[in-house]
Order: sequence, then C-alpha cells, then structure tokens
Amino acid sequence: MNYTSQKSLTYNPSLTRNVGNKALTLAVALFAIISVLPLILVISYVLIKGGSYINLDTLILEPEPPGDDLLSAGGIGPAITGTFIMSVIASIISIPVGVGGGIYLAEYSKSGNFAKFIRFGSNVLAGVPSIIAGVFIYAIIVSTKILFGSMFSGIAGGISLSILMVPTIIKTTDEALKLVPNDMRRAAFGVGASKFLMITNITLPAAFSSISTGVLLALARAAGETAPLMFTALFSRYYITSFDDLFYEMGSLSVLIYNFALEPYEAQNQLAWAASFILVVVLLSLNILSRWIGTLGAFSKNKV
Amino acid sequence: MDKASTSKFSLRTRPTSEKLVDVGFKNIVVAMASMVAIVLFSIFAVVYYESNESISRYGLRFLFSSAWNPVTDEYGAFTAIYGTLFTSIASLLIAVPLGVGTAIFITENIIPEYIRNIIGIMVELLAAIPSVVLGLWAVFIMEPFIRPFLNIIYELFGFIPFFSTQPLGAGMMPAILILVVMILPIITSISKDSLNQVPLKLRQAAYGIGASRWTTIFKVIIPAAISGITGGVLLALGRAMGETMAVTMIIGNSNNFSWSMFAPSYTISAMLANQFGEADGSQVSSLMYAALILMILTLLVNVFAQWIVKRLSLKYQ
Repeated sequence: MNYTSQKSLTYNPSLTRNVGNKALTLAVALFAIISVLPLILVISYVLIKGGSYINLDTLILEPEPPGDDLLSAGGIGPAITGTFIMSVIASIISIPVGVGGGIYLAEYSKSGNFAKFIRFGSNVLAGVPSIIAGVFIYAIIVSTKILFGSMFSGIAGGISLSILMVPTIIKTTDEALKLVPNDMRRAAFGVGASKFLMITNITLPAAFSSISTGVLLALARAAGETAPLMFTALFSRYYITSFDDLFYEMGSLSVLIYNFALEPYEAQNQLAWAASFILVVVLLSLNILSRWIGTLGAFSKNKV
Repeated sequence: MDKASTSKFSLRTRPTSEKLVDVGFKNIVVAMASMVAIVLFSIFAVVYYESNESISRYGLRFLFSSAWNPVTDEYGAFTAIYGTLFTSIASLLIAVPLGVGTAIFITENIIPEYIRNIIGIMVELLAAIPSVVLGLWAVFIMEPFIRPFLNIIYELFGFIPFFSTQPLGAGMMPAILILVVMILPIITSISKDSLNQVPLKLRQAAYGIGASRWTTIFKVIIPAAISGITGGVLLALGRAMGETMAVTMIIGNSNNFSWSMFAPSYTISAMLANQFGEADGSQVSSLMYAALILMILTLLVNVFAQWIVKRLSLKYQ
C-alpha cells in the first residue's frame, strides 16, 4: 500500500535526462548564434568596407571602363537611377496584376477550382528561379525585338522583375483581404453598395496596410535581383537623358556589383562595395519599413 | 407629402452604369488572376520551344554527358546537374539542423522574449540581403577566410574522393556554405511559424505527465509541426537549386566533372548566367534544355512541398 517512491523529489542535475536536456538546450543556443553570425558579418563588412568608399563623386559620377584609370573608377550614379527606374516599371506592372489577382481570389472565388488553380500557380511561379524569368523575357522580348525594335532595354528588365513581384503581391493581397471580417462586407451590401463599391471603399482600405507590406517586400526582393537583368537590361555606364533611353541598355546596382566584383582592378572592386552599401541600406530600410506598416492596420496578422 | 414618401421608400433600381462597372471590374480582376497562369504556361512553352532542337538532337544523352564544346557542337549538362543537386542537398544537410534548431530556440522559453524576437528578426533580415552582395562577400571575405581550414581537411582526408583536390579559391564547398546562409532564413522563419502554431495545450499535457523539455519537443512539438517544417525545407531546397548569383560568383564555373568538393564546378543556373549572354546557335538551345531541366526540378520540389503541407498538416481547433 506504499505508493510513495523512495526517490527524492528535488531537482537532481546529474540525472541523465537533466544532463541531456541541458546539452540540447546549449546546442540550439549555439545553432542560433551560428545562424545570426552571417548577418552580422555580412552587414558589418558591407557597412564598414562599403561605407568607406562612399562620397559625393561615387554617388553621382558615371563608372569608368575597367582598366582605363587604375586610381579612380568613377561612380555608381547611373546604376542607382537605373535600379530605381526598373523598380518603378516593375511596380507599375505588378501592383495592378498582383492586387487585382488577389482581389479575385479573396472576393470573387474563395474556393472555386479556378481560384485553387491560380493559388497553386502563383505558388509555383514564386518558386521559379529568377534566372529563368530573365531567360524567358530574353526569349520573348529581347531576341524578338518586339518593343519597337529595341533589344536589351530597361523596360525589358522591369518586366522581368515584375514576374518575380507578382506572386508575392497576389499572396499577401489574398491573405490580407481574407482577414477583413465578413460583417463589414454584409454591412456594405446592407446599405446598398454594389460589389465594386464594397471592395474599393470597404475591404481594400481595411486591408491597405497589409497589402502595402506585401508590395514593399516584393519590391525589396526585386530591387536586389541580378539574374533577371543580366540578359534583359544588360548594363550601361551612362545616365539616361531622355524617354527614348528606356529602350536601350540600362545599368543597375546589382549588375554593377556582379560585373565589377569580378574585375581584376582594385578601383572597380571598391565601386562594387560602395554599390553594395547603397543596395543593402535601401533594402534593409524597405524591409523594416514594411514590417512597421504591417503592424499599423486594423486587421493585420500581428493583431488578430 | 405623398411624393416625398414614395421617393424615400421606393426600391432603388440599379442604374445600368453601376452594373456595367461591377461586371467590368470582375472581368478585370479575373484577367489579372489569369495572368499568373498565362505567364507560367508561357515560361514553360517558351523554354520548351527554344530547347526543342537540343532535345531532339541529344535526347536523354544530354543528362549524362559532361561534354561542353561549342566547336564540335557537343553538349551535355551532367556536371551542372550534378553540381545543382549536390550543392543544394549538401547545403540543406547543414542548414536544416541549424535552422530548425534556431527556430526551436526562439519558440521555447529559454531566454527572455525580447532577445528571442531580436534573433528572429535578424535571421529574417538575412533574407533581405541580395544574393549578389552575399556573392561579393563570399568572394572577398569568406573564401579567403575558410581556405586554410579547407586545406587542413584536404591534407588530413585527401584520400577520400570528396576532398581529393587542393582548395585553390572558388569551388563547390564555398558555394555550399553561401547557399546555407541564403536558405537559413527560409527554414528558420517557416519552422518558427509552424512551431508557434502548435497549441499550448499539447505542451502542457506533455509537461503534465512528466515529460522533460526535450522529450516534449521531440515527441510532441516537432511531430505536430512537421508538415510546416517539411514544407519549409522543401521550399528552401527549391530556392537552393535555382539560386544564381552568389553561386555563380564563387563556384568557379568549370564544366570538368570532379568528385571533389574543393574543385571548381557548375550549377545549371551558374551555367546560364555565365554563358547565355554570349551563346548562339545550338549552344542557346542546349542552355535552354538545361534551363528546362532546372525548371522541372524546381517545379517537382515545389509541388511536392505544397502537397506535403496539405497532406501532413493536422488541424487543431
């Protein structure tokens, strides 16, 4: 009738299970430190090494051809404007398509077969390697000269970036609209709003902050992409001066980093570091901004 | 009086313009949604069409030959396919324990919550660094740093085929390590989300019957979250296979097949990045054939990931 064990109830650190637990906890702590280490190393190298080459000339001048002048390589000005212009082109294409597609999935066909197929398709498209997007645009736009006879162009570059942005925007729009309570939709219909008015005046504004988060994240990813631009926008050392220049080769920060990192000249390598500094600072700010916007909305994920 | 009340309470008929706007808007969003399907299909169609010439000329021989000779028009992608699979699977073997371990560390109450949140955000910000910047870092900082260590491995274990050449700079091993850095955020953040979704009740029940922290994690928490974790790992695999820039900059770009991880190698995406710009004639269609293989590989992995998440996911109410 004696149910009490002879063993003590106090914590015994030398028990196998307690030692094992400690060891495993230490192991995952170590894993976490190892996982954070690359970020700290990459960011500090880019900020310190890249930051040391940043000055007004670097930001404004056009890059010199490699090997011309061993001491100075010019600047990264055209690459900054090129990245900006192509990101704008990509946004102009992908925001309407992405938000429109997301509206269709969330508001018109929540679980229809076509909607399931589109959801699946957009997940698959998100997994398509970015270089394939470049190859695809090369094949249908650059090599066919379909854009008024121009071959490599900033517009083709922007279009290939938009392929990478669309899946992210569709997904976040779809999820953001699903978080808007159905009561709001019924209330809008109840006072006689048409579906168009209900979407544009009620659900889209309610989901606005979550959708902007998705758009900014997609933009931050696209602006740093290199592979889709290598065969579409190519690279250019000159500023664009007129609208027509959109139909010619265009430089970008990411392609500049790739080209100049592989040059044997120190001056070009330094420009690559300077360009990395600008790119990383802009992309990290976009990411942090998008996180902050994401916490603002009434129906954002973090609040529900 | 009478007139006012009828205008106030009479049924309002929708004007045709309102109906037109409604129908028009619906058609526009349907068209936008269809764009996804159209783009996806045309990517496949275009890559298949462009590679047609090589497919009919080389057939499946393309997969098992490592010849790449524009002069004699002999092409084979064996080195690149092997490189793609080897680098991505090897990087997964390193990144999965690290990523899942980190995810467990930041979902358990081992250290204060704000420190865990900071670690979580830092790992996710790692995903925001463009691959070309990681490539730059790998070329100038990481590779020179790890070369002495690789040399020690070469001297000690050089008799094993995987370590049988002297590390001289760019090669498969640095590429694997930079891929680890790139896929770590995906694995960590998806594992973290799925671990967080495991209901508290399960954990409390396990603790209640006397399970220790790690028994709970291994026997209850991880099995409950396994669908999300597997999905994340497969997504990371797809990402690793398609990753281009960092790998192109560090892998050495050589089509000579070698068992050694220290020798320069190739991946399909690196091959495309390197040669597509200058290629012409049958080389283009061979590169397109390689691109088609890459697309099919990533497609299979992605579809399998979506299937497994659906199949394995348990729903908790």
